[in-house]
Amino acid sequence: MASLGKIARRTFLFGSAAIAGGVALGVWYLKAPAPNPLKPAEGETSLSPFVLIDGSGVTLIAPRAEMGQGVHTTWAALIAEELDLAWEQVRVIHGPPATAYYNAALMAENAPGPAYGKSAFQHAVGKAMGTLGKPLKMQVTGGSTAMKDGFERMRAAGAAAREMLKTAAAQRLGVDVARLRTENGAVIAPDGTVLPYADLAAEAAGIAPREVVLRDPSDWKLLGRALPRLDMVAKTTGTAQYAIDMRPEGLRFAALRMSPRRGAMLSFDATQAQAMPGVEKIVDLGDGVAVIASNTWLAMQAVNAIDADWGPAPYPETSEAIMAEIAAAFDNTPDSTLRDEGDADTLPAGATEVTAEYRVPFLAHATMEPLNATAKISAEGLEIWSGNQLPTFVRRACAEEAGLDETRVTVHTTLMGGGFGRRGELDFSVLATRVAMALPGTPVMTTWSREEDMTQDFYRPAAIGRMRGAVRDGTAVLLDAAVAGPSTARPALKRWMGFAPPGPDQVHVEGLWNQPYAIPNIRARGYIAADLQVPVGFWRSVGNSYNGFIHESFMDEMAHAAGADPLAFRLALARKAWGPAAACLEAVREMSGWPDKPQGTGRGVALCFSFGTPAACVVEVADEDGAIRLTRAWIAADVGVALDPGILDQQLVGGLVYGLSAAMMGEITFADGRAEQQNFPDYDALRMGQMPVVETRILQTQRWISGIGEPGTPPAAPALANALFDLTGERHRTLPLNRSVSFV
Amino acid sequence: MPTTLTVNGTAHRVDLPEDVPLLWVLRDALTLTGTKYGCGVAACGACTVHIDGEAVRACQVALGDVWGEVTTIEGLGTPESLSRLQQAWVDHQVAQCGYCQSGQILQAAALLAETPRPSDAEIDAAMSGNLCRCGTYPRIRAAIRSAAGMEG
Ligand code: FES
Ligand code: FES
Repeated sequence: MASLGKIARRTFLFGSAAIAGGVALGVWYLKAPAPNPLKPAEGETSLSPFVLIDGSGVTLIAPRAEMGQGVHTTWAALIAEELDLAWEQVRVIHGPPATAYYNAALMAENAPGPAYGKSAFQHAVGKAMGTLGKPLKMQVTGGSTAMKDGFERMRAAGAAAREMLKTAAAQRLGVDVARLRTENGAVIAPDGTVLPYADLAAEAAGIAPREVVLRDPSDWKLLGRALPRLDMVAKTTGTAQYAIDMRPEGLRFAALRMSPRRGAMLSFDATQAQAMPGVEKIVDLGDGVAVIASNTWLAMQAVNAIDADWGPAPYPETSEAIMAEIAAAFDNTPDSTLRDEGDADTLPAGATEVTAEYRVPFLAHATMEPLNATAKISAEGLEIWSGNQLPTFVRRACAEEAGLDETRVTVHTTLMGGGFGRRGELDFSVLATRVAMALPGTPVMTTWSREEDMTQDFYRPAAIGRMRGAVRDGTAVLLDAAVAGPSTARPALKRWMGFAPPGPDQVHVEGLWNQPYAIPNIRARGYIAADLQVPVGFWRSVGNSYNGFIHESFMDEMAHAAGADPLAFRLALARKAWGPAAACLEAVREMSGWPDKPQGTGRGVALCFSFGTPAACVVEVADEDGAIRLTRAWIAADVGVALDPGILDQQLVGGLVYGLSAAMMGEITFADGRAEQQNFPDYDALRMGQMPVVETRILQTQRWISGIGEPGTPPAAPALANALFDLTGERHRTLPLNRSVSFV
Repeated sequence: MPTTLTVNGTAHRVDLPEDVPLLWVLRDALTLTGTKYGCGVAACGACTVHIDGEAVRACQVALGDVWGEVTTIEGLGTPESLSRLQQAWVDHQVAQCGYCQSGQILQAAALLAETPRPSDAEIDAAMSGNLCRCGTYPRIRAAIRSAAGMEG
């Protein structure tokens, strides 16, 4: 870590300077941040880790997980905007794992102070901390960071490549570079001669990038509009290739079973499985067992025929006992008190006290594509095909599993049939490696059955929120928030890097301590059930997914206790805290026509600030012959800079649906130490016939660009629960809602 | 004993036990990977294909029971030559992760073959067996409506 000071100094000294018409970036910035991992083949030239040119054109590298959020499209558009490629010419690949592809925005989230309304100084501190991602080789997709990370860097990468190509053309033609321009993947000479980039690439590669000026947004041709997604035609024709579609020569198919109690395997008997059709090999995985066969289904049949004896669970056996352990965490010293302003202990004179407790369950990710990975071990080393959100860590973990040096491991990161955080884990790639090691020289795909995928998840943790507040004169004067649950970040970071950074667990309380409301007496504390060993992990919006429900349900309760309109109550508090948050509330107020509503409907509102983005949501419900129908929803978010309105709309709707599904029916329960839900019939999600009509709006009033992959999720549950209260007068403090409500 | 199967107009001889579901015959034996595995229990629709034009869950049809000609997403259209329905899907930029979309499109194709101008309730009824974890339902509905010539 000795280089940290140097990194920080460099960042502080050379922060980009705004100049008229754009941002000037010096050579220091344009230099590859780490060795270029691209190894151009004969006839190819790589101008930087992000730009590869061959005879047929330009390929851009988008080294972030494409899990449906459209990151490859917008990442490529950032580069192409400055490189002057026509959109039809753009090709994009994920590329190899590499330090050069570290995520500079992920660690920046840990900068001190509430993240909303960041000053330039806080922003710079965040950037400095973000460079930690490089020594940690943190090539991670998560935390809604891709656009924060890539917005400046990728435009600079495109501009640098463009200038290199122009300089090469200037040298060849013997003209001043200032007289050249670029369009449609070519340099245009003063006399109109067109020099395609492919013809200039070899000469350009030797040229050091010069200072460039990023274009003003008003000159953008690609950014700022809804582009046709680069993956759309493939995903519409069944030709998009996910990890589960890899078919390397000679492929065999495997299925596995791990302990349903997430502990040890004591013994197993595979006599029957051994004799089943198509079975080629039984593999003892130590803590589980796998079958390699000629067909995935035959492998699944055989692995299910194995009689295995599983050890006890390392956590309490039932949901009741687990929740009791979480509740007991409130008796511990707080893990964090990230906010403590005014006096949260004393009830202000003349104020009315409000208290409530909320409970949320464990949740599975249930990505549409069940977990799987393919591995081949041979004399050349290890080759892995895996849809994952952290390729550098996958390479390291699989190298360790195979006992190989990392340089002998090749990772192909494929398209992903959903991620939601689950593909930010290493287990499925490591297990595929372990299975393939039993059959050297042969590629083996290990596919998890849906049942295995659901019961072997790293769940969104259960949590309990205890809220105390006070209202007076129609507004909130005190908020004392506390949440208890197991830590998500500590075990997850340990799995990634072997250690978890010290200090309070900020992820556990995100969405609780940092909400954009000006309440004079305010405190937020986090309590950790440190001994609870239920496997938990990052789940779309992470801590915000439960804290959003706790916080915004309670804001609603306070509004009602204050005799105020729930939206006006929030708006008054948000206006005093942060304009963009208030603007989101105003947007959904206007879109939904609040407070007017159709006869017989109920409406609820929520505002959640997560990952730098405020998002407000109104949900409308109606009673349809005794069952509740979600009729309409409106959601608005402020991302600072809207790079692709089409993708932003997709993500807001998708995030909302993900949150609504969980709120209505998502729940993993435990009995005998086993997750009880196995497959979609008992862990379902919102269906077409239950889908409300949704209207979205993207705002661009805040100063910094922010993410969109997750912010649509947190407000979904509280907006729905608040709508149910509005319709029926019944307050729902426990999720999922279908425990007490029947939905159409 | 090999079984003969016609998929997208091509006859194949498959040497697998007759109880292997069509899904896994297509994916693992014939390398037609556009048809997806999601649940294996008829609960998600990711594996939807047509048999003699009818939408069925390929995870529920044993190889030995396939009663007619199979059409998969690969047989509906290609990137170079999209079917009208696929073009509507592209026009509305439906897919996110895309994993459910082969099944959605084949389900919608069967709906439109039967009901050329479906009402919203008919769309709901036909499509509710097809899960989309990414929440693309509004765009699926819009694409179906536009393929049916019911824009707006
Ligand atoms: S895989 Fe056949 S319905 Fe889910
Ligand atoms: S697009 Fe991802 S599951 Fe439907």
